[in-house]
Amino acid sequence: MSLKNNLHQLKEKYRGKKMAPAFNALHTFLYSPNETTHSGSHIRAVDDLKRTMNTVIMALVPVLIFGIFNAGYQHYAAVDAANGIIREASLFGNFLTWDNFIMGAWTVLPLVIVSYGVGLAIEFLFAVMKGHEVEEGYLVTGMLVPLIVPVDTPLWMLAVAVAFGVVIGKEVFGGTGMNILNPALTIRAFLFFAYPTWMSGDKVWVHQAVDLAGGPDAISGETVLGFLAQGKTSEMSYSVADMFYGFIPGSVGETSTLLILLGGLFLLFTKVASWRIMVSAVAGSLIMGLIFNVAVSAGWITETSTFYGLMSFEYWKHLLVGGLAFGIVYMATDPVTGAQTNRGKWIYGFFIGLISVLIRVFNPAYPEGVFLAILLMNVFAPTIDHYVVKGNINRRLKRAKNAMVLPTDGEGKAEKLKAETV
Amino acid sequence: MALLSKKDTNLLLDPLSDNNPITIQVLGICSALAITAELKASIVMAISVLFVMGMGNVVISLMRNIIPSKIRIIVQLVVVATLVIIVDQVLKAFAYELSKTLSVFVGLIITNCIIMGRFEAFALANGTWRSFLDGIGNAAGYGVILVIIGFFRELLGSGTLLGYKVLGDPIAKTGLYSIGYENNGFMLLSPMALIVVGLIIWVQRSRNKALIEEN
Repeated sequence: MSLKNNLHQLKEKYRGKKMAPAFNALHTFLYSPNETTHSGSHIRAVDDLKRTMNTVIMALVPVLIFGIFNAGYQHYAAVDAANGIIREASLFGNFLTWDNFIMGAWTVLPLVIVSYGVGLAIEFLFAVMKGHEVEEGYLVTGMLVPLIVPVDTPLWMLAVAVAFGVVIGKEVFGGTGMNILNPALTIRAFLFFAYPTWMSGDKVWVHQAVDLAGGPDAISGETVLGFLAQGKTSEMSYSVADMFYGFIPGSVGETSTLLILLGGLFLLFTKVASWRIMVSAVAGSLIMGLIFNVAVSAGWITETSTFYGLMSFEYWKHLLVGGLAFGIVYMATDPVTGAQTNRGKWIYGFFIGLISVLIRVFNPAYPEGVFLAILLMNVFAPTIDHYVVKGNINRRLKRAKNAMVLPTDGEGKAEKLKAETV
Repeated sequence: MALLSKKDTNLLLDPLSDNNPITIQVLGICSALAITAELKASIVMAISVLFVMGMGNVVISLMRNIIPSKIRIIVQLVVVATLVIIVDQVLKAFAYELSKTLSVFVGLIITNCIIMGRFEAFALANGTWRSFLDGIGNAAGYGVILVIIGFFRELLGSGTLLGYKVLGDPIAKTGLYSIGYENNGFMLLSPMALIVVGLIIWVQRSRNKALIEEN
C-alpha cells in the first residue's frame, strides 16, 4: 500500500465533502492521478502545470543557494569593512564557507518557510471555500518571493504582504492562470509601498545592519545602484567581476548575474520561458542605457546633475546590478501575466527593459524600477495582444480583399495571372 | 400612523446597503479615494455632503416645475455651488485646520457625481419631502462607506483613530509598536483606498448574492 494509493483512497472517501479539494490537492500535488479522460480524444503531454512550475524552481535553486551564501558573506564583509579590514572576494577563499552558509541559511530559510507557509495556506483555504483543486501556481511565487526581498525583512511583514499578494493579486481574479499581475511582484510592491524603510537604504541589505545601527558595531552595505543614485560612484569598491558573479549587496537572489544567466538558459532550453521576451527586454534596457550614455558623452548632463551617477553608468552594466536580470529571466517571462502573441512578446519585453532603466535612472525615490516596470507592462499585456491580433486580422482582410479572383478557363492564362498577383 | 411610510423608509435605507452610491452604483469614487486617509476628514466630508445633498434635493424639488429643462444642469450647478460655498465658509470659520486638510475637495463636492445624479434622477421628478429623504439617504450611504474606508486607512496607516494613538506610540515604541509592529504606509496612498473599496464591494456582494451582476 503506497502513499499514493492511500491518498487516492482518502480522496474517494471524502468525495463530495467540504474538505475534498484539500485531499485532491495533496494527491495531485504529489502524484499524477490515475484518472483518465472520459470522453473524446485528448493529446496527453508531459509538460503540465506541475512540470512547468518544477522546471522554474529547478532554475531558481542555484540562485537561492548562492543567495544563502551571499547573505552570510555580506554580513561578514560589512563587519570587516566596519573594522577597516579590506576584503577581496574570492569564491573558495571567503565565499563558500560554512560560516557564510550557516549565517545565510539562518536568515534566508525563514523567509522561504514563511512565504510558502502563508501562501499555500491561503491557496488551500480558497480551494476548500470554492471547491476547486489547488493549483501549483504558488510553488514558483513562493520561491520567488524570498529571493526578491531584502534579507532582514521582518517575517510578519512578509506574511502580511504574501497574504495581500495572493488574495488581491491572484485569488480575486480567479486563481492561478487568471491573474493580471504577477503575484510575486504584487507582494514586492506591497512591501515597498507599505514599509519603505525596510525596503531601501543602506541598512536593509546586510543581515543585522538594522539591529546594530547607531551602536558601536554599526555596519552597512549600500547597493551598487544606491551608490550611483547618491552620486558616490568613487566610494564604491565593487568590480565588474563582483557584479557579474554576485558578491554585492542586494535582495537575496538578485545579485548573481552568472547564475541567473545559467537559469535563464535552462529555462530557454526547456522551452518554459519565452526567448522573445528575454531578448527584447535585454535589448530595451541596453538601448535605454545607451541613450543615457550618449546624453552624458554629448555633454547634456554635467557632473553636477543628480542623475549623473546613473546616467554615466555604462549601458551594459545595468544588466549586472539590481534586479534587472532576475526580473527579465524569472518575472517578465511569466506566461500568465505576459503577452501571449509572438509580436506582443517583443513589444512587451522591450518596454520592460526600457522602463526599468528609465525608472532606475530618473526616479531617485526608487533606486530600482524593475518590479514597477514589469507590473506596468503586466497591465498593458492584454492591450498589446489585442492590437497585435487586430492588426493581424486587418492585414489578412486586406490581403483577402486585394487578392485577384482567378478565371477558371484556360490553364495557361490562370498560371500567368497567378504569377502576377503573387 | 408611522412617521415614515414604507416607501419613504426604503428611500432612506436602500442607499445604505443594497443601492449604495459607492459600492453598487460606483459613483463619487474620487473623493472616497482622496480624503479618506484620516477618519476625521472622512466624517467631515460625509457631513458636508449630507448637508449639500439634503438641502440641494429640497431646493431642486421646490423649483422642479419652474426650471426650463434646457438649462436645468446650469441651475443645478448654481444650487450645488451655493451650498458648497456655505459649507466651505463654515469650515474655514470653525475648523480651519480641517478645511486645509480637505483643501480643494470641499469645492469639488460640486462635481460629486452622486449629487448631480440624485438631482437628475430623483429631485426633478419627486415631491419635496421625499426628495429630502432621498438626498439624506444617499448622502448617508456615501458617508458610511467613507467612514469605513477612513477607519481602516487611519487605523492601519497611521495607527491612530481621530488622532488618538490607539495602537501605541510609534516613536516611543509603546503598545503594539513595542513588539515590532509598524504602520502600513501603503494604506495612506490612494491606490490602497481603491483596494479597500474593492474589498467592501467583495464582502457586500458575497453576503448578498442578488447584487452580483450577470455577464
